[in-house]
Formats: sequence, C-alpha cells, structure tokens
Amino acid sequence: MEAAMGLMRRMPPRHSETALSALLTLLPHHSSDLLSQVDQPLQALCDVDNGKEFILCEYNRDADSYRSPWSNKYHPPLEDGSMPSIEMRKLEIEANEVFTIYRDQYYEGGISSVYMWEDDEESFVGCFLIKKDGSKTGHGRRGFLQEGAWDAIHVIEVRLEDEGTASYCLTSTVMLSLTTDNNTAGTFSLSGSIRRQMKMKLSVAEGHLCNMGRMIEEMESKLRNSLDQVYFGKTKEMVCTLRPPSEVGHMKLPEK
Amino acid sequence: MADDEVELSDEQKKEIAKWFLLNAPAGEIQFVAKDVKKILNDDKLYHEAASEAFPQYNKSHMISLEMPGLVGDVIITPFNELEENEFLDPRTTQVAIIDNIKQVCTAVRPALDEELPSAYVEDFRCAVDEEITQYVGEAYPKGVCSVYCVNGKDAEGPESDFELAVVISASRHSPQNFCNGSWRSTWNIEFKSDFQSLEIRGKMQVVAHYFEEGNVQLDAKHECNDSTILQAPEDCAVAIANIIRHHEAEYLASLETSYSNLPDTTFKDLRRKLPVTRTLFPWHNTSQFSLTRDIAKELGVGK
Repeated sequence: MEAAMGLMRRMPPRHSETALSALLTLLPHHSSDLLSQVDQPLQALCDVDNGKEFILCEYNRDADSYRSPWSNKYHPPLEDGSMPSIEMRKLEIEANEVFTIYRDQYYEGGISSVYMWEDDEESFVGCFLIKKDGSKTGHGRRGFLQEGAWDAIHVIEVRLEDEGTASYCLTSTVMLSLTTDNNTAGTFSLSGSIRRQMKMKLSVAEGHLCNMGRMIEEMESKLRNSLDQVYFGKTKEMVCTLRPPSEVGHMKLPEK
Repeated sequence: MADDEVELSDEQKKEIAKWFLLNAPAGEIQFVAKDVKKILNDDKLYHEAASEAFPQYNKSHMISLEMPGLVGDVIITPFNELEENEFLDPRTTQVAIIDNIKQVCTAVRPALDEELPSAYVEDFRCAVDEEITQYVGEAYPKGVCSVYCVNGKDAEGPESDFELAVVISASRHSPQNFCNGSWRSTWNIEFKSDFQSLEIRGKMQVVAHYFEEGNVQLDAKHECNDSTILQAPEDCAVAIANIIRHHEAEYLASLETSYSNLPDTTFKDLRRKLPVTRTLFPWHNTSQFSLTRDIAKELGVGK
C-alpha cells in the first residue's frame, strides 16, 4: 500500500486514472484502500428526471448506483438505496442550490454536486464537488486551453459542540491539468494534484451552510493560489535553473 | 468495484510494471523501481520488466553517465547506441559499456575504426562539437552535449550527403527540495550536397516535477526547422551553433510567456481568482437565495 501511494505521488497527474487502474489490477486485495485514498478525476452522470448532470463519488454510491442530488433518485434505479434523513436532505437541497450559484460565479460553467449524510447524532458529513472542463471545446470562456480540467473535492465533517458552536474539519483536494498548444510555443502542459486540511470551531448562528461555504471558499482560493504561485512557480524555477534566461532572452521579453 | 477477478498473466503484470517505470519523472526511475518491485513481489518478473524498461528510459531521457578514468561523460541516446549496453562517445572516441539498470558506466573501450565516421565527416562533426560545447557551457550550468553522425558516416567528399545529430541534455535532481527536472534538445542537421544546404530540425523538451505535499508536473515540447548554406566546417559550425542558440533562447522566452500568461488568462478558464461579482461570495445572504427558491417553488407547486 505504501509503495502504491509512493507511485501515485510520482506518476504524471494527467495519467492518474491509468495509474490507479493499473494498481487496482496488480493489487486487487487493496482495492477498497486504493479507491478511498487515491483521488481520481471526477465522473458525471445525467439525471434522467431533469437532464441535469451530477457528480459521482463514494459518498453518493450504493452498490453500483449513484444518487442524484437533484431528483434524489439512484441511477441506475436501486431498490432500498440508502437515503439521507429528511433533515439532511433539506440541507442537501439548499446546499446544492447555493453551491450552484457559487460555482457559477467562480467557474463560469462546470458541474457541482453536494451530498450530505449523518454520521451519528452529533455529527454529519458534507461532500462538495466541482468539475470544470475549461478547454476550448468545453466551458473555457476565453478559449486559451487546448485541454483543461479542474476537479475539486471538499469533504467536511461537522460535529456539534456545546453552546451553539460546531467544529468543522475540511479536507480538500484539487486536481487539475491544462495544456496550451500553438505554433510558436509548442505544447505547454501543467498538471497536478494537492490536498490540504483546515479545522475550525465556529458559532452556528448563521447556519452550517454559511460556515461550510466560507471555509470551502477560503480553501479553494488558497489551493488555487498555491498551485499558481508555489507549485507552478517551482516548475518555472526549475526551468530557469536548467537554462537560465540569457541577456538576449531578457531583452526579447518586454518588462511588464 | 473490482468486477474483473481474473488472475493477471505474468506478461500483463510485466507490461504494467514497465508502464510505471517508463512514466517515471526525470531522475526518479530508481525510486519508482523500488516501489514497483515491492508491488510486484516477484523478483524474476521485476527484473524482466526492468531490463526492458530501463534501456528505453535511459535513451529517451538522454541521461549522462560518468565514464571511468576521468575521460568525461557519455550521453545515452538512440543516436550513439552500438549495442543495448554500448554507447559511443565521439569526442573521446571511446565506447562506454554501461549497466542500464544501475545507470552507471562500468568500463570503456576504444572505438573501432568502423564505428567512427570518415575523416571528411569528422572535420564537420568535430567543429560543430567545439562550437556547441562552448554554447552549452555558457547557456546551461549543468548541461552536457555531444554531436553524432547518424547517416552517411562514410561520406568522403563534398559530393556526398550525411547527417549529424546534436544532443543537449541538462538535468537537475534535488529531492531534498522536492524538485527534479530536465531539458533535452536534439538537432538533426542534414548536409545536402545537391543544394549546398543544411536542413536543420530541432526538438526541445522540458519537464519538471515538484512534489512537496502534492504532485505537479510540467511537460513542454516544441519542434522547429531552419536551414543554412553548406560552407567550410568551421563556418558551418558557427552558423549551426547560432541557429541552435537562437531557437533555444526563443523557446525559453516563450516558456516564460506561457508562465506569465497563467494567472490572468489560462488559469482563469479553470477557476477565477474572484467571482464574476469581484467580491467574496455572500454566504451570509444565502437565505436570500433559498427565499427566492421557496417562493418560486410555492408558486410553481401552486396550492
């Protein structure tokens, strides 16, 4: 298992699906561990009731079916598929609607799904998912990307505490890949995945959704920022270590 | 989830192991090999996979190995391969005998006459090598380079065609900083007597892997063409080195442009820094959204 996780940290992120399925075939007895520990690009299905797409994950899966947050029905249909409680379902409906607006404002497209379920009486878990195809042929507004994918997975555990507070533990993963391709610069491709955790104790006066949403928004901005500044920056530093920009190179680049 | 319970054949396992080895980032195949070996848990099978994957990996990554006896480095490329474990170093006219899996050069032997180009070709090769070595020394802090004759090595005079390949390889491994990377470029130069011209085809590839608490990889490639006229060896060499220098500097500049375009253009198509409204999302007002929804719903349902 350790070796398998070691490999996943080294394989090109854009091949993570292939790498995971290769590991699953080599280590069938570790399949549940692998599936729960290795993040893979998100898949979506179309809700037959209303034509809206929803995202698949372990949290809305029962047997081989997945529950849509829009119609609350399993696809393909499943007798006695597990359902959230009425209260959880209410929160889930609200979260899906609000998160749709959030997603649209930040992503200008894409798909989102939220799933809620209770752990025990004092705690519940919410899973917020976003999938965006930013390529020219997908939802890329500006058309710069030959290929571009962003998958975000936010799992947040909520535990009710005393005096109107709750503790929130958020684990977020972002997987992305982007490729630009043109005659003068050739193919330029960056891909990566990072995962971070954030814990907070907050008053529930404004409601759980408000707290969860703020944490997710802050986390997404942090992840985006560190991918952009730190991770991509480090690869750029590496390029410049390999071949430092010469005087000529500098002169050709207009200073901004 | 595992619906295919069929036992894998050894051949399939070996193919999977090779896939992992060949996809190892620059400078990381030994780490990948350690994990693959553990997962396969079958030394014989691992060895078979490794002995097929390593030679391929070493050549495609154009790794350089130190030759014993302080004669310098040999680059492992498809252009100078005599046997799977024998690579010619034209500069020293030595043949390096290597261990592909350990990635070391174990011995050297003098090259045979038939393994070396004719004196006519060698004049050009040697002149180009000298110019490129100077350029690489200036442009790449840790670069190595070599020039091979890949076609028509027995050409005896200006009426015959031949082809040289310039290889430049620079890599940097700093696992303590969680970062590895490599720059590889190959330039094929066809000397065409008919047209008294040199046709130049270049391929550049840069990869980088940063893996502190994450896994982010850059993979960039570019190809280009150019040409110049056939002249005396020294003049040709200067012209070739200038062309290579020009294209590589330009490519580096275009990589920098790609990076500087990231935050505001390219990345924005994945996720914006701020919402379209340019203010943080009004989570405290979400009741508004639900309110409108409730009204809509009530109207829609219509009692």
